[in-house]
Amino acid sequence: MPDALRLDGVTVRYGGVTALDGVSLTVTPGATLGLIGPNGAGKTTLINATTGIAPLAAGSISLGERRLDGQPPYRIARAGIARTYQNIRLFGTLDVRTNLAAGAYAQPGRLSDDAARALLERAGVAHLALDTLASALPYGDQRRLEIARGLASRPAILMLDEPAAGMNPAETARLVTTIRSLATEGIGILLIEHDMTLVRAASDHVVVLNFGEVLASGTPAEIARDPAVVEAYLGTTEDIA
Amino acid sequence: MNFLVEFYAHHSRLLDEIGINALLALSLSVSLQAGQLALAQAGLAGIAAYISAIASMQYHWPLVASIVLAVACSTLVAALLAYPVRKLRGIFLAIATVGFGEIVRVIINNLNVTGGAEGLSGIPNDVNTSDIYGGLALVAVALFFLSRTKFALAVALTREDEAAARGVGVDTGMVRFASLALGGAIAGLAGALYAHSFYFLAPADFGFGRMEEILVWCVIGGVTSPLGAVAGAAFLSILPEIIRGLADFREITNGIILLAVILFAPGGLSALWRTRRTAIPRDA
Repeated sequence: MPDALRLDGVTVRYGGVTALDGVSLTVTPGATLGLIGPNGAGKTTLINATTGIAPLAAGSISLGERRLDGQPPYRIARAGIARTYQNIRLFGTLDVRTNLAAGAYAQPGRLSDDAARALLERAGVAHLALDTLASALPYGDQRRLEIARGLASRPAILMLDEPAAGMNPAETARLVTTIRSLATEGIGILLIEHDMTLVRAASDHVVVLNFGEVLASGTPAEIARDPAVVEAYLGTTEDIA
Repeated sequence: MNFLVEFYAHHSRLLDEIGINALLALSLSVSLQAGQLALAQAGLAGIAAYISAIASMQYHWPLVASIVLAVACSTLVAALLAYPVRKLRGIFLAIATVGFGEIVRVIINNLNVTGGAEGLSGIPNDVNTSDIYGGLALVAVALFFLSRTKFALAVALTREDEAAARGVGVDTGMVRFASLALGGAIAGLAGALYAHSFYFLAPADFGFGRMEEILVWCVIGGVTSPLGAVAGAAFLSILPEIIRGLADFREITNGIILLAVILFAPGGLSALWRTRRTAIPRDA
């Protein structure tokens, strides 16, 4: 069984601004943790802190028994943490095959074409040709190729930063199936998303961030009923009216 | 056969120049492929040229030992240079490394052992055309095998997006360091061969003008293509011989060609070649 990712009292400051304030959470292997909250709540900062991009002011991050905080990003990636980006960061002038090989960089040996096609299938883009330039792909396919690149590293934890951004409802529904399928493989998934339909359908547990602090934590159904979450983030039908 | 002998008799100097320039272009290409605009190659070649010349002239070292020493020194200096510039990118890295080149030139210009501004003459002429092309072939083979390794993938990823490369496990700092050191080694080989091929060294041989030439060769050939860099160096080395009437306007001619390439073929000659190949159907 892969290791769980644990964040304990994680605090990140940018100058005088506290972006994360004592956040603790656990991403369990084989389950999806949804992370929601208003813009500026600290969701992407949490991923950046976990992947070594944002240094911690306090707290600790560990994967199983291994401490990750203070490690450079490339070591954290090699430890089994993969991510996608809010703004897609594929290697645009390189083809699909090379992008997948990039994901498998830390793995021994070369990524075969068969293995590359299997990764595309797991990410739901089996139709992609391996020699197509990544920048030439439609937006939704680029998002899924980024997921496939993450899978190429055989991660214990996969962190998806708004993977459904720009996708239509049908594509989003297929993404739910993909995320569920990856979780059943034993991968721990951290899902940042504003689309509550996706979060409810794909997540086993949800954490709500607000102003860098954990506002609530529970199952998707519990979160949907939590008055504090409704007030801070979800809103009510009265608000719309 | 007679034609070849006659051609070599008339053009051996040009052939030597093309081989050494190709090595210099490859040395910069190694850095450019990792996305580093590090313009220290002329200075590094200068260090190696003088060390190799002094080792053979004053200490009577054999040719191979002198060249090995020179290459080791230029590699070491490049590796040391990589540390202070490790956080610089783009134009800032370019300016810092041009500054390094100028420091090297000024030091050479003011040392007695290098002959100062008058230069160093009487260097044993132990290197012939086959040695230069043997060195070029050695570097080409080494780069070819390197291109089949994961290091080449790491270099490409570092060039494309350093942050994303780190995110997939690439130690981009090590890639940048290794590419600068490797470029230093190749520049050192070029400098040492130059010293033993052209009898005479002057500080200006390795100044900013030479660095600018090396950059132009790579831009015209294609900054991410080693073959393109070699083609660019060969093209601009031969060009003055083809248009002898413009020999006095060499730098202007180079500038016009550079401008034309940037405007009409920003990927360089190698990109034009690739475009042409993909434009022609396989069964045509």
